[in-house]
Amino acid sequence: MRFLLTSQQLDFAHSLDAMLGAAGTSAAIRAWASGDAGPGRDVWSRLAGAGVFALGVPEAYEGLGCLAVELALSCVELGRHAVPGPVVETVAAAALLARLAELGEDGPAKRLLPGIASGGCVASVLLPGAGPYALDADVADAVLVVADHELRLAPGHGPVQPSADPARRLARPLPGGELLYAGPELADAVAHATGWARLAAAGQSLGVTEALLSRTVAYVKQRTQFGAPIGSFQAVKHRLADTLIAIEFARPLLYAAALSLAPGEVAAAKVTAGEAAYGAARTALQLHGAVGYTQELDLSLWLRKARPLRDAWGSPGECRARVLAG
Amino acid sequence: MDLDPTPDQEAFRAEARDWLAAHVPSTPLPSLETAAGFAAHREWEARLSADRWSVVSWPEEYGGRGVDIFRWLVFEEEYFAAGGPGRVSQNGINLLAPTLFDHGTPEQRARILPDMASGATIWAQAWSEPEAGSDLASLRSKAVRTQGGWLLSGQKTWSSRAAFADRAFGIFRSDPAAAKPHQGLTYLMFDLRAPGVGVRPVGRLDGKPAFAELFLDDVFVPDEDVIGEPGAGWRIAMSTTGNERGLMLRSPGRFLASAARLVELWRTAGDPADTALRDRVADAVIGARAYQLFTSAGASRFAEGGAIGAESSLNKVFWSQYDIALHECALDLLGPYGELSDDAEEAPGHGSWAEGHVFALAGPIYAGTNEIQRDIIAERLLGLPKGRR
Repeated sequence: MRFLLTSQQLDFAHSLDAMLGAAGTSAAIRAWASGDAGPGRDVWSRLAGAGVFALGVPEAYEGLGCLAVELALSCVELGRHAVPGPVVETVAAAALLARLAELGEDGPAKRLLPGIASGGCVASVLLPGAGPYALDADVADAVLVVADHELRLAPGHGPVQPSADPARRLARPLPGGELLYAGPELADAVAHATGWARLAAAGQSLGVTEALLSRTVAYVKQRTQFGAPIGSFQAVKHRLADTLIAIEFARPLLYAAALSLAPGEVAAAKVTAGEAAYGAARTALQLHGAVGYTQELDLSLWLRKARPLRDAWGSPGECRARVLAG
Repeated sequence: MDLDPTPDQEAFRAEARDWLAAHVPSTPLPSLETAAGFAAHREWEARLSADRWSVVSWPEEYGGRGVDIFRWLVFEEEYFAAGGPGRVSQNGINLLAPTLFDHGTPEQRARILPDMASGATIWAQAWSEPEAGSDLASLRSKAVRTQGGWLLSGQKTWSSRAAFADRAFGIFRSDPAAAKPHQGLTYLMFDLRAPGVGVRPVGRLDGKPAFAELFLDDVFVPDEDVIGEPGAGWRIAMSTTGNERGLMLRSPGRFLASAARLVELWRTAGDPADTALRDRVADAVIGARAYQLFTSAGASRFAEGGAIGAESSLNKVFWSQYDIALHECALDLLGPYGELSDDAEEAPGHGSWAEGHVFALAGPIYAGTNEIQRDIIAERLLGLPKGRR
């Protein structure tokens, strides 16, 4: 047993962090929210260049071979920098198609996976039981919809419904569209895709939590009241200490989930990271005070992301029930 | 990165499991915080020790098996899964022994450790004083130089196990002229039955004498019972509390076993429609797994030469809160039986949930209060400025 990241894995995560830090994602997030996906797509291209979208794609389809730990680490960095776009959905689409191929139906995989791996195809997906909306369907190059044991390519989408997180653009896929596959294997592939999606969402949530903590720590060190940095006050310190505890106990759950991809482990990681993110958002808002309650401060980009991410791809209740299902 | 056990670890697990299955008492021992229970638990320590299971991580010369930290974790998992009794010798094993390994002399180790391993000597800790709790460095009990040793005077309190224990260890002010409170302190061991020692048992919340006040009046301690250099007691004691808060005090096996029992209770007594309660049970399962994995990561770092530092404060806050939440959930599941004291004839689980709850309530207080731990986390791990406590 050696339950530590390798130095290559750490280096990979650091390089993504540096790349996204240099790219300066906040302008891209705000543009994405206003309907201009251009700067966000540029960030996606760079991520694709670093191999991020190939991590969930088998080598037979021009991917790097389903490296779940590396994918989870990437998602942490994407969350840390609040990268806009259907990150989780693209991961889920790749897992769905890869699993179908494993089960003997490789037509859709051949057609779509190389594009997903290279970053040329931004995918969204809507699976049974996940509500009516596909994330960023207006930007996605392919929207996969599974319903009634059929996998279809949606022919379009309805009007965008703004989310609590303005960088999440929700829309209903239009019915019909090209039939990619129909058959009983879909249920297995959907379960598989849900596992990868939850892993990715857990990673993103952990990254969001870390970003909220580090921004808030920086703020309370420089904000002075009563003649002292507010970060010297115990009431402030203790909330931040609790946020760090939440991070450090969510992190090993994420890594274990990536190692096993067992549904219970993935659900545990998802609910724990999601709750950590929302708790961190509450703490970050409270400790920033009124300035934290403004849209113009970049903190809002993470504050507003935490809760929708916590609830997407399996609410906390669903995830907890899954943990007890064994 | 992996979580796969080695063949060695698997073999060790099987050996421990077999021994425990054959030896763990089928009915729980009486509470170790009572005179009868203390004696029964001391006998159990002797039984463990006879087959070298009491201190598996120690070198063989002191009664251990010399196993690494991963196999220690395996043993703990098996021990708690088998329903092994509480460890009456844990203060000595978890706090004093690591200090002796790091700072003691070979003579001290040879003299003290084998009797600790067998339960022949049970150790109590003597840190806190009536005016020195969280602010431990303000302690006032004195050690005054005398021919061939030291004379201890003063008062210690909240001394766990001291009501029935044999010996105690703690820090004393040996140089009242030292410039700072944490200087001029010396780490000493003393006999609880020596002339000049008064022990007044103190009932904890449920009345059991789980700790005691110690009154010391010119108690003679020979030089051979000083650990490390006189005056270096604070640094030595802090290395001990690092162990206490870190990997040694509450092993993941304990909480994995408790969570498994809680799930069992929920499956038999829980209302499936009560999703709020279901969520709390799930959180107990998740928390135990998170704690196990967190510890596995810490053990992996430790095995590669890393030290346990301020991050042990994360651990302490986590498990102490976790333990309370788990027991509260169990008491809620027990409905009208939840309020029964552990000594009630009809107390569920031989009173283990009730006593576990009382015990858990102390967790955020002992081994450094959670408020102090959060200060440490904020200052040393997050880099926030020091302020008034």
